[in-house]
Amino acid sequence: MTKVHHHEFDVVIVGAGGAGMRAAIEAGPHAKTAVISKLFPTRSHTGAAQGGMAAALANVEEDSWEWHTFDTVKGGDYLVDQDAAEILAKESVQAVIDLENMGLPFNRTPDGKIDQRRFGGHTRDHGKAPVRRSCYAADRTGHMILQTLYQTCVKLGIEFFNEFYVLDMVMTEVDGQEVPAAVVAYDLATGELHIVRGKSIVYATGGFGKIFKTTSNAHTLTGDGIGIIWRKGLPLEDMEFYQFHPTGLAGLGILLSEAARGEGGILRNAQGERFMERYAPTIKDLAPRDMVARAMANEVREGRGGGPNKDYVFLDLTHLEPAVIDAKLPDITEFARTYLGVEPYTEPVPVFPTAHYAMGGIPTNIKAEVLSDNDTVIPGLYAAGECACVSVHGANRLGTNSLLDINVFGKRAGIYAVEYAKTATLPPLPENAEADVVKLLEQVRSSTGDEKVAVLRRELQDTMDANAQVYRTEESLNEALNKITELRERYKNISIQDYGQRFNTDLLEAVELGFLLDLAEVLAYASRERRESRGGHFREDYLDRNDDKFMMHSMLYKEGEPTGEIGAGIRVGWKPVVITNYQPMERKY
Amino acid sequence: MSEVKEIAEIPSFTVTLSIRRFDPEKSEEASWEEFQVEMHSTDRVLDALHKIKWEQDGSLTFRRSCAHGVCGSDAVRINGRNRLACKTLIKDLDINSTITVEPIKGLPVEKDLVVDMNPFYQAYKDINPFLLANDKPEKERLQSPEDRARYDDTTKCILCAACTTSCPVFWTDGQYFGPAAIVNAHRFIFDSRDEQADLRLDILNDKEGVWRCRTTFNCTEACPRGIEVTKAIAEVKQAILRGKP
Repeated sequence: MTKVHHHEFDVVIVGAGGAGMRAAIEAGPHAKTAVISKLFPTRSHTGAAQGGMAAALANVEEDSWEWHTFDTVKGGDYLVDQDAAEILAKESVQAVIDLENMGLPFNRTPDGKIDQRRFGGHTRDHGKAPVRRSCYAADRTGHMILQTLYQTCVKLGIEFFNEFYVLDMVMTEVDGQEVPAAVVAYDLATGELHIVRGKSIVYATGGFGKIFKTTSNAHTLTGDGIGIIWRKGLPLEDMEFYQFHPTGLAGLGILLSEAARGEGGILRNAQGERFMERYAPTIKDLAPRDMVARAMANEVREGRGGGPNKDYVFLDLTHLEPAVIDAKLPDITEFARTYLGVEPYTEPVPVFPTAHYAMGGIPTNIKAEVLSDNDTVIPGLYAAGECACVSVHGANRLGTNSLLDINVFGKRAGIYAVEYAKTATLPPLPENAEADVVKLLEQVRSSTGDEKVAVLRRELQDTMDANAQVYRTEESLNEALNKITELRERYKNISIQDYGQRFNTDLLEAVELGFLLDLAEVLAYASRERRESRGGHFREDYLDRNDDKFMMHSMLYKEGEPTGEIGAGIRVGWKPVVITNYQPMERKY
Repeated sequence: MSEVKEIAEIPSFTVTLSIRRFDPEKSEEASWEEFQVEMHSTDRVLDALHKIKWEQDGSLTFRRSCAHGVCGSDAVRINGRNRLACKTLIKDLDINSTITVEPIKGLPVEKDLVVDMNPFYQAYKDINPFLLANDKPEKERLQSPEDRARYDDTTKCILCAACTTSCPVFWTDGQYFGPAAIVNAHRFIFDSRDEQADLRLDILNDKEGVWRCRTTFNCTEACPRGIEVTKAIAEVKQAILRGKP
């Protein structure tokens, strides 16, 4: 029998990255708060973010939140909900000041203010020229944010459950409405289960880049949180929009910040040509990521790539002063030296797009409340950060807007989760609340087939890289969906080798693969249904944006179990985009 | 553009890893186990561990996350030196000899390469690792680039424990705060915005504080972030003697 422990809190936060800890800092002082994380907090992937956090502080040149809003909407190819983008841009200034006041060591201007630099898609006065809007701490801004938020949590005495894997959420009916009652977590150290009840539950579980082979994402980013929401029959929004960051280290996918181009770095093809001049004549290398990634992939496709297989392009920093590189880009140049043996002072660095960030996710409103359809709020359930879709990123996120997103909407999630918990009563816990997790773990433990988790995962990642990456077609997406359907069948015949209770990562990798399969299928299916090209979603068989048919968010629902047929058990709905000030226009840079 | 370096066909080779295994559910005793794996020259030790786990023995247990040296999960002892498995390229080791991989020293081993990090985190918490200031700024506080530079090096810490568990003093005296806690204290002691340097200097003037350091430089050598750990400890010692940062 699995041992089961019980806990009761006002606010339960799942995930200890930037969004989760920012929420905890708001909730902790006002309500009994727990943060549950599969990792020790400072291992979270917020720490890998490099370039900066956007805010129109105007510390170094004229700027305004309205310009930032416009850039965010345009960068997202007009699929952004403009009310949410206004909040993001307006609240950015306070979000940066909050962090500075907590102690974040930003780089400074000569007069001691927070320094700012350029980043892709951020412009002065509606696209006239690049603007310096990114607040930064060398090229480890995410590291500094994660450390500062954790430090503040330590100061506030926030209660953490570290290396606890949340594997299920228990829903119950209160006043005729389904509400979350608890999450069920697996303690890695002991193999025991913990039912953690809360009046408010906040999801801040990050992304799921491990559905792809070439990715900047951590091994642990398997989308468990979003997967749980999906399995509960709740919708996922805009899952077809996945960002491929232009500059991953070739062959490895390790991120090299866009700050490299913000500081003057140039992308070149094998002929040495600055090819972005052809694709985005005004802002060139600082065009939004979707455009740069496609341009790079196109250079390679047309035979202008470098290397023995002509399968990458080059990030050229050789014209920058070594002192500038050392001061502003120390980490990423170190990555090039360590992993590729390339010296960025004197040699261009081989780069190629890498799977980086999910624009879509758990649909929420501007109070970070999770929605069960286009507009119905689920009382007590919140989501923020990469796992959520509010939607401020639309079809393509601008660099530096994700560190901003976790701070603005993480804070909001904390505030509104407390506000709700203050008047709510703890929802009753259904009997056998742990039953589904016990069953899930038992299935994996007792399965004695001859399929290997690592083999299935690699085949999934290969098919997603080949068929659902920068370029997509109906045919490629059907191929991905067929492959996923096959992998689902084979997943029933896996076996693991570790049957122990303590630190059983073999068991958890098998469970994580289940979530990866679910999310890969949702992504591929949503991509097939969106028969247009917009932002990060590019269909070679539907080259143009089609506002008449697709100026809408996709909303996918799980209805029933997969049957072996493509798309069985998936329903597609659509949700209008919120437009306030900016009518859709052609997106040129 | 300067000369483009052609990255040639990636050679592969077979290496032997000897890994320190321990599973208290199976045996009280730890033991060495050898694995042979085919690796490429761009592969890291973490890739070898994954290859073993995914292809040979699923029970091999270790922590990892980001896989490029920023999350601090996978500090282990490779050929007797503390390193991050994800930042150590196989080709940079002697591939003709057996590569040994064992848990970092001085913390209780839980299973295989996984250690109990709680004593390490506790030392970190004990130095008050957060900004202490009573001012209530309405906007950002100002800080000159020179003041910002004073503690830049120690902001790089990723709490991987490579430094602390390379320290001979820590091995024999688990009560010693250890280099990582001192590095994190340094980060606040020398931050011009912080008002409680005295508090931290007092804590580190303790018998288990900075004076236990024997300047063996193991910590500096072990740090995967290139922090000059021993120098930071020396600066804290000087600050204690001066009575101010």
